[in-house]
Amino acid sequence: MNNPQLSNRQYYIGGFFVLVALIYIGRLFYIQTIDDTYKEAANQNAFRYLTDYPPRGYVFDRNGKKLVVNEPSYDLMVIPIDVKGCDTMALCNILHIDKGTFRKRIEKAKYVNGRRKSSIFEKALTSETYAKLQEKIFRFNGFYFQKRSVRSYPEKLAPHLLGYVGEVSKEKAKSDPYYNEGDYIGVSGIERSYEELLRGKKGVRIVLVDVHNQEQGKYMEGKYDTAGVVGVGITCTIDAELQKYGEQLMMGKKGSIVAIEPSTGEVLCLVSSPTYDPNLLVGHDRAKTFSKMYLDTLYNPLYNRATQATYPPGSIFKLIDALIGQQDGVLQTSTVYPCAMGYPPMGGKPKCHRHPAGNLIASIQHSCNSYYSYVFRSIVDQKAYPKFKDGYQHWRDAVMTFGVGQKLNSDIPFERSGNVPSVKYYNKVFGENGWRSNTIVSLGIGQAELLISPVQMANVMCIIANKGYYFTPHIVKANTSGTPIDKKFMEKHYTYVTNKIYYENVIDGMQKVVESGTAAASKLKDVVICGKTGTAQNPHGKDHAVFVAFAPRDNPKIAIACIVENAGFGGTWAAPISSLMIEKYLNRKVLRTDMEKRMMEADLITGKSVPAEKPHH
Amino acid sequence: MRKDESKVFYNVDRWMVLIYILLVLMGWLNIYAAVYNEEHSNIFDMSQKYGKQLLWIGGAAFLAILILIIDSGFYTVFAYIFYSFFLLACIAVPFLGREVKGSKSWFRFGDFGIQPAEFMKFATNLALAKFLSNVNLKVENVKTNLSSIIKNYKNTLIAGIIIMAPLIIIKLLQDETGLAIVFIAFIAVLYREGLSVNFLLVGFLAVILMILALMVEDIYLYTIIGAISLLSFVFIKRNRKNLIIVILCTGLAGSMVFGASYVYEKLEKHQKTRIDVLLGRGEVDMKKEGYNVNQAKIAIGSGGFLGKGYLKGTQTKYDFVPEQDTDFIFCTVGEEWGFVGSAFVIILQIALMLRVLNISERQRSPFSRIYGYGVASILFFHLAVNIGMTIGLMPVIGIPLPFFSYGGSSLWSFTILLFIFIKLDANRLLILR
Repeated sequence: MNNPQLSNRQYYIGGFFVLVALIYIGRLFYIQTIDDTYKEAANQNAFRYLTDYPPRGYVFDRNGKKLVVNEPSYDLMVIPIDVKGCDTMALCNILHIDKGTFRKRIEKAKYVNGRRKSSIFEKALTSETYAKLQEKIFRFNGFYFQKRSVRSYPEKLAPHLLGYVGEVSKEKAKSDPYYNEGDYIGVSGIERSYEELLRGKKGVRIVLVDVHNQEQGKYMEGKYDTAGVVGVGITCTIDAELQKYGEQLMMGKKGSIVAIEPSTGEVLCLVSSPTYDPNLLVGHDRAKTFSKMYLDTLYNPLYNRATQATYPPGSIFKLIDALIGQQDGVLQTSTVYPCAMGYPPMGGKPKCHRHPAGNLIASIQHSCNSYYSYVFRSIVDQKAYPKFKDGYQHWRDAVMTFGVGQKLNSDIPFERSGNVPSVKYYNKVFGENGWRSNTIVSLGIGQAELLISPVQMANVMCIIANKGYYFTPHIVKANTSGTPIDKKFMEKHYTYVTNKIYYENVIDGMQKVVESGTAAASKLKDVVICGKTGTAQNPHGKDHAVFVAFAPRDNPKIAIACIVENAGFGGTWAAPISSLMIEKYLNRKVLRTDMEKRMMEADLITGKSVPAEKPHH
Repeated sequence: MRKDESKVFYNVDRWMVLIYILLVLMGWLNIYAAVYNEEHSNIFDMSQKYGKQLLWIGGAAFLAILILIIDSGFYTVFAYIFYSFFLLACIAVPFLGREVKGSKSWFRFGDFGIQPAEFMKFATNLALAKFLSNVNLKVENVKTNLSSIIKNYKNTLIAGIIIMAPLIIIKLLQDETGLAIVFIAFIAVLYREGLSVNFLLVGFLAVILMILALMVEDIYLYTIIGAISLLSFVFIKRNRKNLIIVILCTGLAGSMVFGASYVYEKLEKHQKTRIDVLLGRGEVDMKKEGYNVNQAKIAIGSGGFLGKGYLKGTQTKYDFVPEQDTDFIFCTVGEEWGFVGSAFVIILQIALMLRVLNISERQRSPFSRIYGYGVASILFFHLAVNIGMTIGLMPVIGIPLPFFSYGGSSLWSFTILLFIFIKLDANRLLILR
């Protein structure tokens, strides 16, 4: 019955089989060897690049004391699909949340990361909560702890200087390939300026995951993984003891203390008051605390007054005038100018106070306003510059060599430049012909538009202590990786005034200031302090008290600037505080306990417990 | 009977047995790779699917030998009995069996299950072979009167019923599209035994029209069909007979278009989306309806020319591909053995089918020949649909890859199917008819 005609049909059937097989093999050849998209898709499916975050570097003070360390912190994590038979009531009680919140968080976790993936249920548990939870964690199915490393500040000081760490901004994460969203970065202070050293180097692990995103093991036995590199430890120039003492002295006062070692430019302390415990900006209540401090307009604790606040320097600026005047040959030690409770040519303005008339040294000792109005004009109107505007430009250029009116280019972030007004500025304000040296004579006594930050003031003291040069103030001394500090911090910056004799003359006057002048109450036994008081005019309220100094006179160890806001005359608050700081730093011990107590207890912000003020000079 | 004729392997075709063993072992190794995990790395671990598959393979070997021992006459004699028995089992299973994961096609015995629908394949093949070996489908004298047509096509109709009965029962009662649709493969057998090419042409046209109906607006198709009908009058003799034929054809084509759209609308959502995925219609969400095919293609495509190496596939090992041990087992082959491995599997399978066809043609008995064509057709249909769906050329229909996919019922059913043929062939000289 095998019809030969029909038997031909076997070839059609067999041929059809072969045809389909060839089509399939061709298709396989295309998707397996020609089209690469499937290979990429497979890698995206199964590879996860996990980051190993190395611990950040520690920060030490100049004597090796730990200022910033790492501490473990625990987040409570949840995998929603495993939350079955969990003792929800007990968990809610420990976390102080209600069942509705519990359910909402689980729903959110499911929504954001999926049911099988872990999400943060509660961030940065307090140690108390962690202890309670740990006891019962076996009853909370689906929950576990994730350890993180957070910053901790054992000395609880210098928050403005040390700065803090926070989540990287979206913009930064986009522009800088090192960071991913959610990474941490130094936001301010040393944490910011030394971020690249402190952060170390992230490591990457490639793991294989299954369809539920669960880890299944290393890729190629970890052949392509890179290990994280631990952050470099940093030794900063701060003297923790001095910093702490400064913060204590400034309690209840607004203002700042900056102390610098003149021979190196190392910042010994950078006190900004009111201050806060940096540990407050870590952990569970961080966001709450931050916004509270941010909105506190009375105390404004987040504001770093040492670098960001600028003040009219007041009388301390006379020292710079005295130096420039001598250098230009328009001022000698023997020069005497009249004073009639003010500057006579302008009808007694700027005003002055009653003091014995005298030469250059006496003018510093008694801080004569009239004298420095004359000096200022003698510089600006000197014969070498027939046009007074050129004279003013010369004065301004000379002043700026003292590191004022410009950023010092230090490693302290958020430095402000301050201001020394330009010719252009005055042309604009008064018109091209609308001003003379007389118009702006109050610049000579450090008022008018002049603005200087506390760091700049302390730096001026370094210049005088060094008799002609300064090192850029900096806050980092060394790091554990052994790389030397930035060369720019080793470089001497010379000022316009180069002759040491001129400095000696000014220093003579400064020594008198503390021995028998405007800061006579702040003398320190056996140590020659050279200082200068100042009063920074404050259009918004009571003037700010300023005191700058260095000590000892020979081979100076510390240069200091202290500003106490709304405290009036510099001799009353700023000078004693500076003097105590010098004593603390040089002797490591303060014997003048009465003075110490008086300074520490004074609360000038609320006005409580303020001792009766001495009459104005 | 000579002495060695009594031996079990007397005159057994070595090529078919060899390819069979190769495919089964490769399948087992790939099941191991697909469900591999480090905790149970022993390939003989009976708690895992690869351990169980070994049991199934052992059972299959036992069945194969049993089939070779039994006299070939048994299958001819009991062909209708087998057919009726399994048909009844298929009808009974939705009522007596236990529902597993929404499927009503299983009889459960403890940990193991049996799908009668799988065994329906060889039973139908036996019944069809028995029926066709006694009749002729070839229409010799064409007359146009109705009684003559009925007489001429009576046998074709009965053969059609033998094929369609299990298809309809499995689809309607068990709702197992994959198990049901396989019976279409027997059309190839009918074709070999004399089914008019016109039937195939009509069928082919129907498929084209159905696909078009889903791709193009129906109104355009109706317009085109109408235009062709009118044009045909220009080229053919205008008599009554031709008029009737043209009107019939037009009506048929129109109803196919209408039917395709109608059936599509009546389909369940997941079936609609499967068709949409295949035809690339509308928005296909790669995380939902497009997921299976997309992941299957990713797994196979990422294998490259030589593959990632045994047990090194990431896509299949980590469960990105669904049902990778059963219907999507070919993904493991594609990923770990690459183009070389996947092409080898296809060539091996096709080689087996061609060998079956070749041997069918040398049979003296029409029963054996027809049965052989049934074997080749069933195997080919499974191969074409199963691999076709993993590489995106066929809609996703849950049917196993012969000898490869995990599962006792399918392995045993294919083994029985093939070895009955091997036995028939071994005894071909004894059958005189």
